[in-house]
Amino acid sequence: MNVALHHRAERHEVLVKAHGLTKHYGGQAVLDGVDLTLKRGELTTLIGPNGAGKTTLLRLLLGLEKPSAGAISAATGLRIGYVPQPMHVDESLPITVRRFLSLGGASRDAIAETLRDVGASHVLNAPLQSISGGEMRRVLLARALLRQPDLLVLDEPTAGVDLNGQAELYELIDTMRHARHCGVLMVSHDLHVVMAATDHVVCLNHHVCCSGTPDLVTEHPEYIALFGVKAAQTHAVYTHTHDHAHDVSGEVVPLAKDGS
Amino acid sequence: MLDDFVTRALIAGIGVALVAGPLGCFIVWRRMAFFGATMSHAALLGVSLAFLLNINVTLGIAVACVVTAGVLLSLTRLKVVPIDTLLGLLAHASLALGLVAISFQETLRIDLLSLLFGDILSVSRGDLGWILGGGAAALAALALIWRPLLSATVHEELAQVEGVRVRLVQAAFVLIMAVVVAIAMKIVGLLLIISMLLIPPAVARRFATTPEIMAAVAALVGVLSVFGGIEASLAWDTPAGPSIVTAATALFAASLPLAGVIWHRVLRKPAHLDPPHGHAHPHSHHHHH
Repeated sequence: MNVALHHRAERHEVLVKAHGLTKHYGGQAVLDGVDLTLKRGELTTLIGPNGAGKTTLLRLLLGLEKPSAGAISAATGLRIGYVPQPMHVDESLPITVRRFLSLGGASRDAIAETLRDVGASHVLNAPLQSISGGEMRRVLLARALLRQPDLLVLDEPTAGVDLNGQAELYELIDTMRHARHCGVLMVSHDLHVVMAATDHVVCLNHHVCCSGTPDLVTEHPEYIALFGVKAAQTHAVYTHTHDHAHDVSGEVVPLAKDGS
Repeated sequence: MLDDFVTRALIAGIGVALVAGPLGCFIVWRRMAFFGATMSHAALLGVSLAFLLNINVTLGIAVACVVTAGVLLSLTRLKVVPIDTLLGLLAHASLALGLVAISFQETLRIDLLSLLFGDILSVSRGDLGWILGGGAAALAALALIWRPLLSATVHEELAQVEGVRVRLVQAAFVLIMAVVVAIAMKIVGLLLIISMLLIPPAVARRFATTPEIMAAVAALVGVLSVFGGIEASLAWDTPAGPSIVTAATALFAASLPLAGVIWHRVLRKPAHLDPPHGHAHPHSHHHHH
C-alpha cells in the first residue's frame, strides 16, 4: 500500500506553497507577508516566540481561517493529517480510543494497525478521557495517519510531555515521515530537539526572520537576537544516550542494536 | 383507541421521549444546557406570535426558537458580553416579551399554565400528528448528522480539517433542537422542556460505553418517565407534565452511585449488630500482647 505510494509520489514534490500570507486581527498584523514552501519527505519546523503568529499560520494553512492577504496553493488532492494539541473531552461522553479513531472514517483493521505503528495498542479500548498526555499525542497522531496524509501538520506535538517522552515522540514522527513518505510541518518550542531532527527551520516573528537548514538558522543574527546566544549553541549539544529505553507503558526495555 | 385521552397522552409522551433522549445526549456532551433552556423560553414568544399571525402554534414556536438561536449565535461571534450573560439575558427577555405580547390579546384567553407546564392529557389527534411527524423527522435528521456532529463535538477543528462542514452540521443541530422544543411544549411546557432533554442522558451515562448506547438508554429512560408520570398523575391527580419530570428525577436519583451505597446499607443487617471492622486498626491490638 505504502510502497505503491513511494513509487507514485515524486520525492521532493511541492505540497503547499504560500505566498505573502498576511493576517490582521483588529488592525494588528499577526502575520505579515509570510512565504512558505512545504515539500514531500521534508520535515519543516516552525519556531518563534510566543505570540509570533505560529498558530495563526498553521490555521491559515489548514484552511481554518482565511488570510487577509496573500495566497496558498496546494497540490491537487492534497490530504492533510492534522495533529492538534490534546483536547478536553467531556466526561459525559462515553467514547473509546477505537471509536475516536473511527470518527475519521477508518476501518477496524486500519485502526488497530495504525495504533500499533504509533506504539499505543494498549489503549485501543480505553475511554478517551482515561489515557495519559503522551498516549493522547500518539492517538492523535494515529488519527492523522489514518487519513493517509500527504502532509502531516502538528501543533506543538510534545508540549507537556517529559524529556524522554519528547525524544520518543520526535523519533516516532520522523519514522512515520519516512514510512509514509509524507511532508511534515510542526510548531515546536523544543529548540534543541528541533535543531537535531529537522531538515528545514522557519523562524517566525510576525514575518519570517530567517529560514533554512538548522545550521544556517542558528547562525542567523535575527535568530540569536530572538533566542539568545545560548540557544544558538544548544543544537550541537543535543545527543540522547541511554543504556535502556522505556516503552509506552513505562516498562524498561533493552535498546535496539540497530537504533531503529 | 385514539379516542382515549390517556392513550393519546402516552403516545405523545413516548414520541417526544424517543427523540429527546438522543438529542439531549448531544446537549449534555456539548455543554449546551443553558442554550437549550434559552431556546425553550423563546417558545412562549412563538406562541404569542402564532396567535397574532394566526398560524399553527407548533410552527410558530419552531420559528421563534430558530430566530432566537440565530440571534444568539451571531451575538456570540460579536463577543460583546460573556456567553452565559447573553444566554440569561435572551432567555428571560424572550419570556418577558412573550408574556407582554400575550397580554395584548384581550379577546384570546391563552391558558398560561398549560404553556409553562404542559398539558399532555389534552393532546388532540391533530397535536398527535404534529408530535409524531415532527419527532420522526427530527430523529431521522439527527441520525443523518450523527457521525459528523459527534466528530465536531469531540474536536471541532479536527473535524473541519477532515472535511466535516461544521457550520452546516451545527446549524442542522440547532434546527432539530427547535423542532423538538416545539413538539415537547405540549407535553411538559416550556419551563420543563429542558429537563426532558437533560435528565434522561444524565441517567444513561453510567450505563453507557458508547455514544449510541447512551442515546438508546436515554430514550428508554424518557419513555419510562412518561409512563411513570402519567400513571402517577392519574392515580394522585397531580399535574402530568411536572409528574413526568419528577419521575425522571427519581430515576436519576436511583441511578446515582450514592444510591447504590444506600441500597447496600438498607439490605444489610442493622448497623448496631455489625461487628467492629477488623481492618480499621489492624495493628493497634497486637501491640498490647
